[in-house]
Parts: sequence; C-alpha cells; structure tokens
Amino acid sequence: MDRLRLWKMMVQLRAYDERATLLQRQGRIGAYPTFWGEEAIQAATVLAVRDTDWLFLSYRQNAVPVLRGLPPEQAWAYFRGDPHSFFDPSQFGCAPQCVPLSTHLPHAVGWAVGRRLQGGDEVAVAFFGDGASSEGDAHEAMNLASVFRAPVVFLCTNNQWAISTPFSRQAAVDRLSARAAGYGMPGVTVDGYDPLAVLGAVAEAVERARRGGGPSLVEAWCYRIGPHATADDPSLYRGEEETALWRQREPIGRFEQLLVGDGLLSPQEVDAEHERASGAMRAAGHRLDSMPPPTGEEMTAHVLAVPPAPWPGNLLRRS
Amino acid sequence: MCSPCHRRHGREICSGVRDSRPMTTSSARLDDADTVTLVQAVDAALEAELAADPRVVLLGEDIGRMGGVFRATAGLEARFGETRVIDTPACEAGFVGVAVGMCLAGLRPVVELQFDSFSYPAFEQIVCHLARYSWRTAGTAGMPAVLRVPYGGGTHAPELHSDSPEALFCHVPGLVVVTPSSPSDAYSMLRWAIRHPDPVIFMEPKRLYRSIRGTLLGDTDPEGLLRARVIRPGTGVTIISYGPSVPTCLEAADVLGEQGVSAEILDLRALWPLDEEAILASVRRTRRCVVVHEAARSCGIGAEVAAIVAQHAMFSLDGPVIRVAGLDVPFPMFMLEDLYLPNAGQIVVAVEEALR
Repeated sequence: MDRLRLWKMMVQLRAYDERATLLQRQGRIGAYPTFWGEEAIQAATVLAVRDTDWLFLSYRQNAVPVLRGLPPEQAWAYFRGDPHSFFDPSQFGCAPQCVPLSTHLPHAVGWAVGRRLQGGDEVAVAFFGDGASSEGDAHEAMNLASVFRAPVVFLCTNNQWAISTPFSRQAAVDRLSARAAGYGMPGVTVDGYDPLAVLGAVAEAVERARRGGGPSLVEAWCYRIGPHATADDPSLYRGEEETALWRQREPIGRFEQLLVGDGLLSPQEVDAEHERASGAMRAAGHRLDSMPPPTGEEMTAHVLAVPPAPWPGNLLRRS
Repeated sequence: MCSPCHRRHGREICSGVRDSRPMTTSSARLDDADTVTLVQAVDAALEAELAADPRVVLLGEDIGRMGGVFRATAGLEARFGETRVIDTPACEAGFVGVAVGMCLAGLRPVVELQFDSFSYPAFEQIVCHLARYSWRTAGTAGMPAVLRVPYGGGTHAPELHSDSPEALFCHVPGLVVVTPSSPSDAYSMLRWAIRHPDPVIFMEPKRLYRSIRGTLLGDTDPEGLLRARVIRPGTGVTIISYGPSVPTCLEAADVLGEQGVSAEILDLRALWPLDEEAILASVRRTRRCVVVHEAARSCGIGAEVAAIVAQHAMFSLDGPVIRVAGLDVPFPMFMLEDLYLPNAGQIVVAVEEALR
C-alpha cells in the first residue's frame, strides 16, 4: 500500500476544498458544502477499490470524481450552477453527486446487482452521512442489498452534525454500525480521521463483497469541523470549544506526523506538496473563470434521449 | 347480482373476492392468440422482451413464483429464473431506486408497482432520479426503465387501490407516460416501452385487465405508438379519452349514434407527450370536443387537452370544450365508486352540452 499516494490524494482534496470555499467567498461559485476534515475517508476509499468499482456519492463527496480524473474546475462548475459540470458516470466510475439524502443508496444496490447479473465482479461503494441514515431510502437500500447479497459497501461518514442537528438527535444508538446487525450484514466503526483505519475497513468490506459475501456497513466516525455549507453559521447551534478540539485531530497533519516519523517524508516535502496542490487548484480556479457560460440550449438538451417533435414546452421563449 | 359483493356492477371481475379462475402459467396460454385479455397481453409482451433481450429484467413485489397480484408476470420466473424476474421486499422507493442503478449498469429494468397508490412511496426516486438522470449527465446515462402501474377504479378494490395518478407523472419533465386501452395496444406499447431509451410510466387500466379481449398484432410502427388513434371515426363531436375510460366512451358513442350524433373517439394512448396534431385534426373536423378521464378534474389531462384546443383550434370550435372527469375528492370507498367514475350517460349529457 502506497501511503505517500494516499497522503497526496488527501492533500489534493484539502487544496480543492479550501480553494472552493475561497471561490465561494469571492463570489465565483455559489453555496458550497465543505468536507474539510473528511479527506481521509474519501481518499482511502478510492484507494481501497478498483478503478472498475463504482462510487455513489452525496454532495459532500463532490471532489471524489476529481480523484478519478475529473478536472476540478468541472466539479466546481456545479456550484456555480453550470451544467458544464455534468459528466459521464462511466468515465469516472462515479455516479453524479446525489442531492436528496440517501436516495442514491438504492442506485448502488441496483448497479451492483446489475453488474453481477452480467457476470462482473465489481463492487459499489455508497457514501452517506449520519443525517441521511435517518431517511427511509437508506434503510430500504441496506435491506435490499442484504436480501440480494449485493456487492455493496455502505460507507457512513458520521460527522455528528446534520446542519444543526447533532447525532444525539439523529439516532438513539451510540454507533450507526450497530444497525448492520438488523440488516444481517457486518458493521464496523472506524476512526474517520485515520486514513489507514478507513482503508483497512473499506478494503475488507470490498473484498468480502467481491467474493460473494454480501454487503457491509462501515461507519467512519469523525466530526464536521466546518459548517454544513458556506451559507451555514455553526455558532448558532454549537460551541467553538468542541470544534477546536476536533480540529486538532484532523487527519492530514496527523498522517504527516506519522509519515515524517517513519522517514517517508521530510517537513520540507510536506510543505512543498501543499504548495504544489494549492497552486494546481488556484490554476483550476482560473480555468473555471474562463469557462464560457452555459447556453439556453444546454438547459433544454438531454431531458429525453428521444425528444418529441414538436415539443413546444421545451422551446426557449422568444424575446 | 354479483354474489361476493351483492351489488350490480356489470364487471367481469369483482375484487370483493379473489379471481378464482384458473391461471395459466406458461406461454401455452397464447395458443388462442385471437382472444387474449389485456393482462395476458402484458404477460406476453414481458415474455417476448425477456426472450429477446438479456438486458431486460423484471422487478417488483410478488411477481416471481406467484406471477404478480394480477398475474401479469405469470410463468415468467419459471421460464427466465429468479435472477431476471426478481421478487423484491416491500419497498417501492428502494426497488425503483434499484432500477435506476440497473440502468446505470446497462440493464433495462421493468418494474411492477403493484397498485397505483403504491407508486407514491417511489415518487422521489421517479422525480429526483429516474426523470433527471439523462439531463444531469448530459445525456450520457439514460434511463431505459419501464414502471408498470396498474391504475384506476371500478374493481371494488380496497382504499388506495383505485387511484389515477397519471397527471402527476405527466407534470414531471423527463418521463414518457403511456396507457393502452386494448390487449393489442397493451402488447405493442409495452414492447415498445421496454425498447425505448427514456423512462416510461406504463399505466395499465386494471379494470380492463380481464374485461376485454383482443388480438396480439405486434404493431411494428414504433413512432406510431406515441400517436393518438381514432378508434371510431365520426363527424359530429370528438370524444378524447384514454385507458380505462375508452370502453365507456364507445358505449356512449353507441347511444349517441342512436340519437343521430356521430361521435369520433380519439384514444390518446400517450399522455405525455400528447399528440397535439391528432387532437387538433379531429377537433377541427368535428368542431366539438369532450374530454373524458376518471382522474380528478382539476389540473388533469383534460385541462391540458382543452388548453391545446383553445390555443390552436379556438375558431374551429362551435361549442365549449367539456370535461367529464372524476371528482376532486379522494377516490371514494367502493360503494360510491360508480358515482365517482364517469359513465356513458354522463358522457352523452356532456356531448349534448358541447353541441348546444
């Protein structure tokens, strides 16, 4: 396992996320859901699967396709309300980010069952959060996956906050992984700030799924250090002390201590990589600015593969 | 008198009891292809497409060994196996979502939503995902899924088993909504729907499942299946309808014929997109228009048809466009459903109003 590669992916995610918040503050994109602190979960998961495995994302994993080659500016275009952000899921093995909570989890099940039916051995990983865990579709998907023995890993980023709702108000269990037993699947909770722990747990679940052992639930325990999104003000509902405590545990600095301690990295190399990643994202921001605005035809296209003719309701109004 | 429910309803099936007639479970049932019921036509279309395309899979509650509550999938699990005719847990949102994922994996799922109202739990999946996927992936990830929805009243069914939610689906951009009114259309249109690259809501008039018989022609004109069809030509008034109300309109046309009024019956077949050309051609010819459906009147298909006629054929009209529709009430308890459902007499009265 290439720990340096894992670390570089985390640094890339951090640079993407911080640049996106900056772009929002400068008015270059609209509201943006930050994932600051959740880089270990996302990067480790991408490394734990094969390129042919598909990832089913919520909005807080909006940068995961970037780890698989989507240009950052195209990912950010989504947050400036630009359909140029739309991509071909099969090109990156990523379903487009799901805005409703948990409704993409059944898609992961269907995709996994569908691939198996066609003789494939691919695995689907579905990301969701503690808030989404309360939605009916999450329950239905986990039950369906278990009944079908579908090769799916349900990966819950439990950052303990759904906008202003704390985990204690979201669920009456200490750990969401406890619910796995109710679906007849293995469940485990790991430290979501520890990339190696996440990697181990997801890799084990993926391996089990691939060899026909059915779905698993992995809960990555962490804390939403940032706001829900750039439009959110956490000071309305939680104290800064708790957040400050968790900020000290954030995954990248911790991982770097380990890598430097093991002699894999020097402090200078750490700084240089952050500088490099930040510069790359700054350049991507410039490319975003120079992307042409979308046209009306891009709004009306692709509603249907076979549009009716004539279709008066799909025509732009004359002015 | 119907012995199970002790009422006169003139329907072949009374859902007050189980349909006790023997169910055929193999394709041998189609030996007598001249006289198949609508539900047999559905079964035959599914069988034909399962055989023709390994990407076609069926999903739904009780569709496997049992063959579905209406037996629309009778014999299919036995022939194609439980990996292609898939019994699901009772979770409509979940298995419509599974169908979305199957489309992403390159399959062509056909989902049975057991009854009209059972589509409501899946509404978010339909609106937020099924209808939007092509658009939000710039056309790269189409959704060639079919949702089969047995719908409508007149079968003495329990509460929330008789709804007509077609207009809800028509209001969602990204869906195609069709409904047959005969066994031959059911067969051809369902085979077309399964091959169509966009998501199709296939509304099956459950009242007609066993009350009418027809032949399986295997219509080969795919474009034609989104076209409305004049099923009875006439000159004095156009009666526009679809699905379960079509036989009622034909009944009304017989009565009108005896009164010397020549009624043209236009079966829309596709509710979205509407065949504006056919609607306008007929109305311009007869100069009168009545729209009939059993779904609630307000904001229904009738309103859309009336708007099309008002915009494009205003000066061809010699009378007001009249709607004969279900009432703006929750579908009633079945002792009152005959008061709710449009009948031939009411259509005749509406035609008289349109002719005044």
